[in-house]
Amino acid sequence: MRHLLSAGDLSRDEALLILDTARELAQVSGRSVKKLPTLRGRTVVNLFYEDSTRTRISFEAAAKRMSADVINFSAKGSSVSKGESLKDTALTLQAMGADGVVIRHSSSGAARRLAGWVDGAVLNAGDGTHEHPTQALLDAYTMRERMGRLEGLRVAIVGDILHSRVARSNVLLLSTLGAEVTLVAPPTLLPVSVGAWPCAVSYDLDEVLPKSDVVMMLRVQAERMQAAFFPSAREYSRRYGLDRDRFARLPDDAIVMHPGPMIRGMEISAEVADSPRSTITEQVTNGVSVRMAVLYLLLGGSESAIGN
Amino acid sequence: MRARNHAEGGEQAAAPPSRADSDGARAVLEGPEIDRALTRIAHEVLERTKGGTDITLLGIPTRGVPLARRLARRIEQVENRSVPWGSLDITMYRDDLRLAPARALGRTEIPAEGIDGRVVVLVDDVLFSGRTVRAALDALNDIGRPRAVQLATLVDRGHRELPIRADYVGKNLPTSLRESVTVLLEELDGSDAVLLGPARPRGGQPIEEEKR
Repeated sequence: MRHLLSAGDLSRDEALLILDTARELAQVSGRSVKKLPTLRGRTVVNLFYEDSTRTRISFEAAAKRMSADVINFSAKGSSVSKGESLKDTALTLQAMGADGVVIRHSSSGAARRLAGWVDGAVLNAGDGTHEHPTQALLDAYTMRERMGRLEGLRVAIVGDILHSRVARSNVLLLSTLGAEVTLVAPPTLLPVSVGAWPCAVSYDLDEVLPKSDVVMMLRVQAERMQAAFFPSAREYSRRYGLDRDRFARLPDDAIVMHPGPMIRGMEISAEVADSPRSTITEQVTNGVSVRMAVLYLLLGGSESAIGN
Repeated sequence: MRARNHAEGGEQAAAPPSRADSDGARAVLEGPEIDRALTRIAHEVLERTKGGTDITLLGIPTRGVPLARRLARRIEQVENRSVPWGSLDITMYRDDLRLAPARALGRTEIPAEGIDGRVVVLVDDVLFSGRTVRAALDALNDIGRPRAVQLATLVDRGHRELPIRADYVGKNLPTSLRESVTVLLEELDGSDAVLLGPARPRGGQPIEEEKR
């Protein structure tokens, strides 16, 4: 059984297969019967060690639309709060016969560890500050639907890159798909290893904006910060927030994305977030289609069509 | 399992096999005969549906789709009005999904008027075990409620495994289970032909069992 642990594990063909499959599956959401029989009799466990609304509901809706049985597990109010280890929880799931395990965990690498312990397919739904591959896939899907292409698309990812698994997964996937990514952040919010990533880096948002087809704003993840990375929220917002003036500097057909949850007035102004060129709610809708595609390709056949 | 030769056919699209293949396939239908068969089917559809005012043609990918388009065009020529046609992918409804790695999906395009209350004519290239048609009926069920469903196929090669029959047949082709039937169409393969070839490993079970 194969897994989806990192966006970097996907080849160009596999990534395009997921996006094409998602486009077909998106039609299901427009029908009166929003369900396909494909994963009937398969069990998907949502294993969430970290708070999540969007991703958990999205995975649950996707699995249910494919007729899989869904078991939701959150660390709060379970045996984890009594001190059970990840491995023992994994073995319990294994004994219950889970075909697929969707895991969200605060530690980087948790999904890969889990993949070594269970027989089912493991889907990484965010591990610490490491990766969030289905988010990158739904972002790529949204860009492709809105802009018509990914090849040569200029994408700026702005904000707290250091703590962002979304940024890393997006950089890896978008470079596989031929887009040109520029990361924009204060030097303190860039990881040390960023020089080895397949992307450009800038500290100056105003310089990057006019040369971008897509701007992806990231939330400042205060809950992961143990130190002061910038002097004040107001200063951060002034230098790296997307407000009306900066929005006007974008090319006319450029779009604004945000993986959510967003803090209006911090990284993005309310006016920009609600503009027709913002794809924030579209991303949520597309997330279900993309996750249906991933579940189908991992669990639908005798063996997985994607993954590592 | 039905040997859907489309699967291989799709990959051959760039270089269609010649009529007298090296593996000994021979053409049982040539271009003009396929044309005549489709023209006859178009008339039969009109006759059976009393003028076909409420028909919708749905081709099953891959090769049912160009056939549905051709049938729609012929009916339009005869009746002088347009006929809604589209495609219906059945991949998600197959009964052999777990026997092979997950497959890429075909396109589903339902005409804007939908299928509720209409006479849907499913169009496929080869009718074999009937399992594809069974899957198509399930797929239709999730999309709407047609008044009636009919089936048109270019070739009926026999060997049904389900109680399913075609309403319109281009050619009945008695075959042995060990023979393969391949339909080539101009739109995808560069030329029209139906080829009958000698035994080929049947898509599905035997190959899968070897893998395990």
